[in-house]
Amino acid sequence: MSTPPSSAATASTPPSSAATAGRVRPAQRRPFPLVRHSLALMVRSLIKLRRTPEQLFDVVATPVLFMAIFVYVFGGAISGSPKEYLQFVVPGLLAQMLAFVAVPIGINLNTDITKGIFDRFRALPIPRAAPLVGAVMGDIVRYSTTIAVTLGFGLLVGFRITTSIWAAAAAVALALLFALCMSWISVWFGLIARTPGAVSGILYTLIMPLTFASTIFVPASTLPGWLQGFVRANPLTHLVGALRGLLTGGAVSGPLVWTLAWCAGFVVVFVPLALRAYRRRT
Amino acid sequence: MADTSEIVIEAEGLIKNFGRTRALRGVDLSVRRGTVLGVLGPNGAGKTTAVRIFATLIEPDGGHARVAGYDVAKHPQKVREAIGLTGQYASVDEDLTGRQNLVLIGMLLDLRLGEARARAAELLDWFDLADAADRIAKTYSGGMRRRLDLASSLVGHPEIVFLDEPTTGLDPAKREEMWGVVRSLVTEGSTVLLTTQYLEEADALADEITVIDHGRVIAHDTPDGLKRIVGARTLEVRPADLADVERVDRILRDVAPGASVEVVRAGILAVPVADESAMTEAVARLAAQGIGVIELSLHLPSLDEVFFTLTGQPVDDDDGRPAGAGRPSAPGATAGDAR
Ligand SMILES: Nc1ncnc2c1ncn2[C@@H]1O[C@H](COP(=O)(O)OP(=O)(O)OP(=O)(O)O)[C@@H](O)[C@H]1O
Ligand SMILES: [Mg+2]
Repeated sequence: MSTPPSSAATASTPPSSAATAGRVRPAQRRPFPLVRHSLALMVRSLIKLRRTPEQLFDVVATPVLFMAIFVYVFGGAISGSPKEYLQFVVPGLLAQMLAFVAVPIGINLNTDITKGIFDRFRALPIPRAAPLVGAVMGDIVRYSTTIAVTLGFGLLVGFRITTSIWAAAAAVALALLFALCMSWISVWFGLIARTPGAVSGILYTLIMPLTFASTIFVPASTLPGWLQGFVRANPLTHLVGALRGLLTGGAVSGPLVWTLAWCAGFVVVFVPLALRAYRRRT
Repeated sequence: MADTSEIVIEAEGLIKNFGRTRALRGVDLSVRRGTVLGVLGPNGAGKTTAVRIFATLIEPDGGHARVAGYDVAKHPQKVREAIGLTGQYASVDEDLTGRQNLVLIGMLLDLRLGEARARAAELLDWFDLADAADRIAKTYSGGMRRRLDLASSLVGHPEIVFLDEPTTGLDPAKREEMWGVVRSLVTEGSTVLLTTQYLEEADALADEITVIDHGRVIAHDTPDGLKRIVGARTLEVRPADLADVERVDRILRDVAPGASVEVVRAGILAVPVADESAMTEAVARLAAQGIGVIELSLHLPSLDEVFFTLTGQPVDDDDGRPAGAGRPSAPGATAGDAR
């Protein structure tokens, strides 16, 4: 403390009395509050990310690790040659990484809540969704990094995009959209779970079977019949189908429509659930 | 000056249950514009629960709460535009700097970036945080966090301010400073509801005091009225020389006729007195007889004593504080409006 204890309180008067007349909220309510407040809260996430860039460690390391394991350890056994399998598995790994990368947001939100910072937001006259939307938007950096690292490392070890630059761009956009929509599941769990540990426990338990019981690593035809029904309904199967089509050729429209439908479904179901949980959380 | 007849915070029969815990069992209270209400109660009384309902963080299970003329359950957004909340536990963003915390709140209150920056700088100055402004809040001391938290709740010049145990955990100097802040808020025209566990604090700041226990209001009065109910203050004297104990005892009997002088701790004599004049009187007599004293003080009853007087039983709280710690020495253990 720089000044004597009494100076701040007794000597000076509050700065506001001199500066402003009246005691109303100083600013006029401005239009598009959800957009502006979400952006402000997104900046908050980005400031934190800049301060601790090691938060990005997992989104860089995990794709590299998985790629190496699947291509060099399992690749030969699954599909004859690593080269061939690479073309098959890179879009798949991209889908898997997108499923994983949505988990931390729920954990972070849960931590925020236990620290009380959300109490401050909830007592402010801002749209209820803003802190959640802001957090999701702040995560775009993580999602983009995941996509860049997965595709980049894939290209480095021999993956080739055999379609067009536009199709590849569409694949990236689709991947980003999917991650943004799916992250609302994580947001919801983050708001209803009691501890950050519980959030990651639940989500990884859900995601693991989803990623393996899909066409991420093997074609559906190689799976037992009873599993095929599940695999065909799995949103990750559709996502990976669309990504394969866009990156290495093949049917696009079918899986793309299904993927978009799943994205819409995530938003329609989990955004309201998350908002409700956010309001109820005490 | 603010019109102090208008009621801006009001609760009627407020009820809140957490599972089987009945946190509030029908609380009534009201605060007039431009005044300070002290809500006094032991651990687990329901103070925080009441504040959280007023601040729209939780909804009541029964009864009504109105803040700035709006029902908290029906128009929470209107209420939020009028209030500033400093919760019991600091709710600052530890990963941002003090300044970034305040600018963020400013942006969320629709200030323009320049205005938000200016307001942040003002508040950092006022709360003596200017030097630490660009340090990450994780590195702040408890007292600094507390002040940043309070500053955050004042960014928007709220007309109504809720302070939940604002001085718990502050050293005496910082407590005085916090009291100064509360007083200047009132000078500015704000209405303040603050909770506390100290009668002394409520006495120093509040225009009226509501005492709650186990989710119920057990007394409501002005500080003076409450002090009359809960009995006198205690005058404590510790003579420099133990041999003087006898003489001090006689002096205390004289200044407080009829009251019983007790030895509260080794070498310290205490007597209940009616008002401050007894202290002046005692000082004069001690000086006249040339008795040196190490310690001489006038205490308001502690919360334990207040509760003993109001309820006829010691505080039994949820947090494992030994019940009845500090036996009450105040007389008149059966107060009028206590249950
Ligand atoms: N979220 C909650 N879930 C369950 N019980 C709760 C919750 N919040 C408060 N309680 C219970 O409600 C009662 C009142 O709690 P409250 O926090 O309002 O007391 P308080 O007067 O603020 O106490 P303190 O002085 O310790 O802060 C306590 O018995 C407490 O255990
Ligand atoms: Mg409390």
